[in-house]
Amino acid sequence: MNRSFVARNPSVLIFLALLALFTLGVTILSEGFGVGIVSTSFVKTLGKTLCLCLVAVAMDLIWGYAGILSLGHFAFFGLGGYMIGMWLMYERTRLIVVDALAQGQIPPTPQEVVDGIGNQIFGVVGSSDFPVIWSFADSLTLQLAMVVLVPGLLALVFGWLAFRSRVTGVYLSILTQAMTLALALYLFQNDSGLRGNNGLSGLQNLPGVSASQDVVSMWFFWGSALALGLGYLLAAWVVSGKFGSVIRGIRDNEARVRFLGYSVEAYKLAMFTLTACIAAIAGALYYPQAGIINPAEIAPIASIYLAVWVAIGGRGRLYGAVIGAAVVSLLSTWFTGGQAPDVPLGFYTIKWVDWWLVLLGLSFVGVTLFAPQGIGGLFDLISDRLRPDRHGADLGPDQGSLREKEAQQ
Amino acid sequence: MTRLIAATLALMLTCVSAFAQDAAGPIQQVLQEHRDTILKSSRTTIGPAIDAVADSGLPQAQAVLEAWSDKDMWLREADGLFFRAEKAEGGYALTDFDSGEVVGVVDKDALDQIKPNSGIRALIGTALVQFQLKDPDPKRRKDALTSISRDPDQALLKPLRNSIEMETDATLKAQKLRLERLLTIGYDADPDARVQAMADMSGDLGVDVRATLNPLVATRRAVAQGGVPEGTNVAAILTPGSDALSKVAAYDMLVSADLAPPRVTDAAIRAALEANITDGRVGGVAVQQLNSDAARRAAYITLAEAGTVPPFISEDEVQATLDGFTFYDAYFDPSSQVTDAANDALNAIKLKVGMNQAADLTLDALSLASIYFLAAIGLAITFGVMGVINMAHGEFIMMGAYTGYVVQQIIPNHTVSIIVAIPLAFAVTFAAGVAMERLVIRWLYNRPLETLLATFGISIALQQLAKNIFGTQARPLTSPAWLDGALTLNDVVSISYIRIAIFFLALFFLAVFLFIMKRTRLGLETRAVTQNPRMAASMGINPGRVNMLTFGLGSGIAGVAGVAIGLFAKVTSELGSDYIVQSFMTVVVGGVGNIWGTLAGAAMIGFLQKGIEWGNPSNTLAAQTYMIVFIIIFIQFRPRGIIALKGRAAGD
Repeated sequence: MNRSFVARNPSVLIFLALLALFTLGVTILSEGFGVGIVSTSFVKTLGKTLCLCLVAVAMDLIWGYAGILSLGHFAFFGLGGYMIGMWLMYERTRLIVVDALAQGQIPPTPQEVVDGIGNQIFGVVGSSDFPVIWSFADSLTLQLAMVVLVPGLLALVFGWLAFRSRVTGVYLSILTQAMTLALALYLFQNDSGLRGNNGLSGLQNLPGVSASQDVVSMWFFWGSALALGLGYLLAAWVVSGKFGSVIRGIRDNEARVRFLGYSVEAYKLAMFTLTACIAAIAGALYYPQAGIINPAEIAPIASIYLAVWVAIGGRGRLYGAVIGAAVVSLLSTWFTGGQAPDVPLGFYTIKWVDWWLVLLGLSFVGVTLFAPQGIGGLFDLISDRLRPDRHGADLGPDQGSLREKEAQQ
Repeated sequence: MTRLIAATLALMLTCVSAFAQDAAGPIQQVLQEHRDTILKSSRTTIGPAIDAVADSGLPQAQAVLEAWSDKDMWLREADGLFFRAEKAEGGYALTDFDSGEVVGVVDKDALDQIKPNSGIRALIGTALVQFQLKDPDPKRRKDALTSISRDPDQALLKPLRNSIEMETDATLKAQKLRLERLLTIGYDADPDARVQAMADMSGDLGVDVRATLNPLVATRRAVAQGGVPEGTNVAAILTPGSDALSKVAAYDMLVSADLAPPRVTDAAIRAALEANITDGRVGGVAVQQLNSDAARRAAYITLAEAGTVPPFISEDEVQATLDGFTFYDAYFDPSSQVTDAANDALNAIKLKVGMNQAADLTLDALSLASIYFLAAIGLAITFGVMGVINMAHGEFIMMGAYTGYVVQQIIPNHTVSIIVAIPLAFAVTFAAGVAMERLVIRWLYNRPLETLLATFGISIALQQLAKNIFGTQARPLTSPAWLDGALTLNDVVSISYIRIAIFFLALFFLAVFLFIMKRTRLGLETRAVTQNPRMAASMGINPGRVNMLTFGLGSGIAGVAGVAIGLFAKVTSELGSDYIVQSFMTVVVGGVGNIWGTLAGAAMIGFLQKGIEWGNPSNTLAAQTYMIVFIIIFIQFRPRGIIALKGRAAGD
């Protein structure tokens, strides 16, 4: 057990190397810095996919390792996006308003500038006053802090309420889903202060930056790659130590861990909040690349898709989550984007735009039934990580996860 | 008659009217007296002529007025007499108003049609009301009452009162009495009579009573120098700066009444400064420094002192001006006796309306609760009893609704189609549920989280399939005609029949559930298998078969619920997912494994949602948000739901 962290987790090094290689490759092929084979819009898609991989890592931490099937992590993802979006929108509108007011003969007062921004931003919802939640929108530092603090605080309060009353299993899943639904419905209102169903838009333009989207998209791509790398490292470090062992213990048998004297609730709460923060950071990087965020993004279905990615990739292993998110979201883009060729059956032509969700749903059922290890399970075939023969004894409630490995050690 | 015509022809050019009047019947005389006004046909002057005809007391008056209004009254140019004319061979057949006899056919050129404009026709219509109110035909009397209540007028009060005594029909008499009271409130000249009428009508829930009373308590906002002028019926004295009247609004009132100079707004200051820039300076201040309100104001005051712009009005000056005036709300009606009585009556009505609204809200909440219960009762079996999380439950509801839609396409009769659709929807979703249990859920009984995910996969596949088959637009599922309309208790409390039907359907399914679970072999076996499958198996029960049937039953009920829900909501592929979260919450809040808990949960969620909507009626989204937040907090205190199972039945 005294070996170094990297030696114990060779997959981390392999993953980081592959990620670096991938980033380098995309950079060389990109329009902004390289030969221009990969279009800017595809760079954005790849950058967004990296963010989705990051939130999938967070989901894997909370589900695959802590055994809490949260159906609400996209709420934190979206909140992170909203927090950064507020600054982007405020600052960009401020520059436009200041420019417009500079045309006048008399320099504007600060109040005139603020009123002008308010009019521009909230005109669509028939208002012009700044709600309280926009108090810090003029400061990048504070707003960046809020990217982590607001979702973190929400996760802390929600998690504390849920865990202290010992809500577990499917009940917790439904409760987290209800939380997402409540948040989405709240944001859909015009007087929520975040522009109702219009959402925040124009986020792809960095205020004060005159570089073209070719270049900006690469910046975000690098940022996303860096965040994914660091997030992966953090996640691997968290689950490799004693903390990770306790977390897995809670997943496999919560009561036993509690009787051993551990404060199960505190561990779960820490994990829930940490993953919420990671999800928020992923969201804060995702939405500037998407350009727009609205409450539909955090509808309960989004969080369920997150669970789908992790399940298909293989939970209980971090690289599985990354693979699942990347494969499913890229395939989804390919199929729904109309690029997949139609399949003529003679009497009926299968258009993938219509049938992709059916395929996804059914393959999801298939994975759950026949390959609980997910795509990640394929790696077990080439490595020596074979399941120990337990002579048919039941390991616990969550057979899809790799706890046999720990049992061997 | 021929002699008359000959004579008039002879004297055509002489004193026509004098002669005609002598020879004509009484109603003709009345018309002749007002011939000039009638011919002039002006709305402002016609009044006396109509009144003269209407008040003549002659039996022919009604016929004259109707002919006049219908443009059937013509003037014979030869002698200036009025006749009713109808098109006939060779010209127009003239009918004498008095005798009612046809006096002859005259060429159109010898006649002049009286064409009352719409304003005059309205006046004639009002005058006709008194005849209609006494018309022998009850239907016409009823029509007259309807038209009065639609368009009440002071002039109608007297004819209405006169007609009450002769009314024979009891219903119509009651209506007339009620309308008379309303018109008295609105238009009687005697304040005491109005107060009495209000006292009579207070506590009446009719919208028309409130519509009559509300204009009486309407106020206008006014300002006066010094005290309030004598004879004003004051509703309230307002202090500027209070909630009712802000200082800005008060000062604006003074400005618009030309009692004070307009305030110089920030925008006006800016415009004035921009207009007076000389050499980069305004009023001695450099333009660059004008980036704060204080600096701008200072520059403006300098300009004002130089006389270039109107003087600046400071807050102190505004306050001083406001202090010199009294602001008040005054009733339009000058009699305080009437307005007080109207306020009293309105308050009494408001209290009663409030109580009735509470009753209406209760009915609404009850019907919402029964919808939630219906949507959740299938889950109460699959999730509550079996412990299987079926995320595709909503899609079973959708399948039921689409089954109903398809049946309606084949069987056009709505009643028959609904009767066919309900068992068919049960059959379809029962089969789907059994298939799903056999193919998927059976393999995942020990892995609840994975059941959740697998059934979710089925849910998105089914939803997309429905989209592919039926398209994205909403499909109608029309209820039979006998379920249209609403049961109306009074003007406030009403509930549509379809909601009553759903309420009873929910009760029916509650009974069915209880019967199956407590009284049948299947229910017994289900309870045994859910408590201990191995023990049940060793007693000779086939757990696989029992699970399959129970799951099918829960799914089938979801399908029937889908038909019911489809009757009042549009059938779309998202129909089910709209209800799935609420359904799960209903089961979880109520307490898993207990049908009474589900009932309590549905009632709680229904009443809660209606209550929040009532508190914040403009915003149903917010209502749902607050409800979910409330449920999350509620789970803190009763994590196992309202009715929690105890002991071994509670499982883990």
